[in-house]
Amino acid sequence: MRRLAPALAGLFLALGIVAQPAWAGGTLRIAMTASDIPLTTGQPDNGAEGYRFTGYTIYDALVNWDLSKADQPASLTPGLATSWSIDPKDNTRWIFNLRKGVTFHDGSAFNADAVVWNFEKVLNDQSPQFDAKQSGNVRGRFPGIKEVKKIDENTVSISTKAPDAWMPYELAWMFFSSPTQWEKLGKSWDKFAMQPSGTGPFKLTKLVPRELAQLEPNTAYWDKNRIPKTDKVILMPIPDPNTRTAALLSGQVDWIEAPAPDMIPNLKAQGMQITSNVYPHTWPYQFSFLEGSPWNDIRIRKAANLAVDREGLKQLLGGMMVGAEGMVTADHPWFGHPTFKVKYDPAEAKRLLKEAGYSKDHPIKAKILISASGSGQMLPLAMNEFIQQNLAEVGIALEFEVLEWQTLYANWRQGAKDPASRGGTATNVSFAWQDPMVAFYRFIHTSMIPPNGFNWGWYKDPESDALLDQARATFDPAKQDALLAKLHERQVDNATWLFIAHDVGPRALSPKVKGFVQARSWFQDLTPVSLDK
Amino acid sequence: MLVYLLKRLLYALPIALSVTLVCFLLVHIAPGDPLNAVVPADAPAEVVNALKAAYGFDKPLPVQYVRWLGRALTGDLGTSVATGRPVADEVLSAVRNTILLAVIAAIIGFALGALLGGVAGYRHRGIVDRLATALSVVGVSVPHYWLGMVLTIIFSTRLNWLPAMGAGPGGSKEWLWDGEHIRYLVLPVATLMVIPLGIVTRTIRALVADTLSKDFVQALRAKGLSDRAVFLHVVKNVAPTALAVMGLQLGYLMGGSILVETVFAWPGSGFLLNTAIFQRDLPLLQGTILILCLIFVLLNLMVDVLQPLIDPRMRRS
Repeated sequence: MRRLAPALAGLFLALGIVAQPAWAGGTLRIAMTASDIPLTTGQPDNGAEGYRFTGYTIYDALVNWDLSKADQPASLTPGLATSWSIDPKDNTRWIFNLRKGVTFHDGSAFNADAVVWNFEKVLNDQSPQFDAKQSGNVRGRFPGIKEVKKIDENTVSISTKAPDAWMPYELAWMFFSSPTQWEKLGKSWDKFAMQPSGTGPFKLTKLVPRELAQLEPNTAYWDKNRIPKTDKVILMPIPDPNTRTAALLSGQVDWIEAPAPDMIPNLKAQGMQITSNVYPHTWPYQFSFLEGSPWNDIRIRKAANLAVDREGLKQLLGGMMVGAEGMVTADHPWFGHPTFKVKYDPAEAKRLLKEAGYSKDHPIKAKILISASGSGQMLPLAMNEFIQQNLAEVGIALEFEVLEWQTLYANWRQGAKDPASRGGTATNVSFAWQDPMVAFYRFIHTSMIPPNGFNWGWYKDPESDALLDQARATFDPAKQDALLAKLHERQVDNATWLFIAHDVGPRALSPKVKGFVQARSWFQDLTPVSLDK
Repeated sequence: MLVYLLKRLLYALPIALSVTLVCFLLVHIAPGDPLNAVVPADAPAEVVNALKAAYGFDKPLPVQYVRWLGRALTGDLGTSVATGRPVADEVLSAVRNTILLAVIAAIIGFALGALLGGVAGYRHRGIVDRLATALSVVGVSVPHYWLGMVLTIIFSTRLNWLPAMGAGPGGSKEWLWDGEHIRYLVLPVATLMVIPLGIVTRTIRALVADTLSKDFVQALRAKGLSDRAVFLHVVKNVAPTALAVMGLQLGYLMGGSILVETVFAWPGSGFLLNTAIFQRDLPLLQGTILILCLIFVLLNLMVDVLQPLIDPRMRRS
């Protein structure tokens, strides 16, 4: 190779094609895992990655996430609304006071009319600005909204079908596009996608579908502390993890999302920065409580929770996970103080199983629905095989039904009773839990039994239902958190699921990248990031 | 000749129609919901149903097929569920990028293959033959996505000479024929050309060796024809079969390699297919497969037309 290299170098030099520095300093190039640039019209697709890169960059919500801290869970913070409160006379009516003096990238004013116009964009299919695509991406986030009205130039009211104390969380999904720009571009969302106008810290200045998007700082951004430090950000969709890694190592990009765990030591050895932080992600087994399911016996549920060696699993993932002790992380305000401690205690697991009539030689059998890959699924095959060995040691024999990811995902809503579940008694789908609706309600409340929601296993617990209903109607944040903590304690004590892992969202950055704070969130703030020139 | 051409053209029509039916059915048999790409998993049922109706996924399959075919005949391949952009635009832009790779890989692969195969056929069982045979076996056997990764590791991440991925610094829309852009072609072309190089080498070697052993070559030599004149006779005999093999190989290359284009994040038809599959973007998937199959049918038709022009025996039959 040593002899060959100069010869080849000479050849490439002769052809004039030796790699050159690709971009000027100050341009941050990011390789995303998505296979296309997420939608840029306002409500991004491609899940959380879309919100991360073409959502919170170009746009703002009324209520934003505070992504400035790495040492505590991300919390809500005023965005385009400076404050909000429930109407003291009507607990189904929220009042939002809008930030004054905010303008869209095209220079037009952000005001109450723009807020109403944007809600019509996704909720009213009779409005001229209705966009089925944006609507599909966001409408399900706030199913309870009945009406959005302008009170005055800087105030709006949002009425809900029933009391809904979780509205601020739900509104963090809703971004505001410029009505003026849409009018100017011939009322076309397709054209708007190429020249979008939001209120966010970045402006989109170039879009090549499926190849790249270029963002530049919005120097007139309303939050002067969040004016971007980079000259440009280039977003590139590179779905293959090996290609992302090669792009980083060859200097074509400065930042890659989700490097493959087995590449991390190599990336570190090449001087790359590996960042990670726990965030609202969980990777559990959601049990079936239908008749005939082995998980109806709490001793077996608890035994399974005590049989998983989470430290070993963490080693398998190169350290890129946190062992789960419940649905949410142990330091979260909703964790509470459960009496059942989720830990690795195979002796106690064996004792519980013996009490239930099972042992390693006479195991209880259970079929689990898993996928071979999928967004947020981490390394499902390797992890599940590890858990299978752990559980076999104490007397639970797992059999896997490996489904294609989209099939498993679709089955999540079909439920355990559906023939598509093929007799599975638990399903392994990972998910986000940043707000009470997505963390608890959709899985635990009886009203969410399929096909209404994701209560896959037909879990029915009147006390949990009551706690959820109460929390949803409690507008005092501290009291609401206390109720949710009580609810969570109940789930841990009940071992409602097999609690296994939380992902830590690894990303690899070139040593030139400075100022990035990895927030404990699915979203991240690109504004403080800069590059050494 | 005219009758032959018309016959070939008529054969192509039912093939193209069958292609539309098979690609439509295959895409719909695959598991997964076509709206997964656009609707979050927790979207309410009424939103899902409204979107299903908007995209026509609520209609029975035969109705969906006839509608799709009717529109496809007018050049309208529908709209991508995931992006909302017209499928025809997406496919044409991707096919253009793939053609760039495929044509260059084909020219280099075919030329080298013809050269190596020809020399190997003439020097049957000699050292050149053994080398060419080894090379063709390697070309056919080595998984090209693996080769792509190895080339990337050597030339991009270790030596840092060539880009690891992409179609130019400003994307394929700003493609220019200069050194800065051509270097983006080097690794994907080198990876892609290996298979046609191997197959063409092997085919031509066998054809040349076989032709040289024929009685008519002995007769030509006995008549006192020069080596050059004999060579021309050999070329004429080898060309029709070699052309058919090259046509097929070019068809495969035009289809875009899903694996190679994914490894190099090259925005061609293979990359587009990969995206459409993972996003369950049925209109995009159907449109891409249809266009690629039609290109394949068209290339075969062209080979069928060219062969009798080279080989008078085919004209007579």
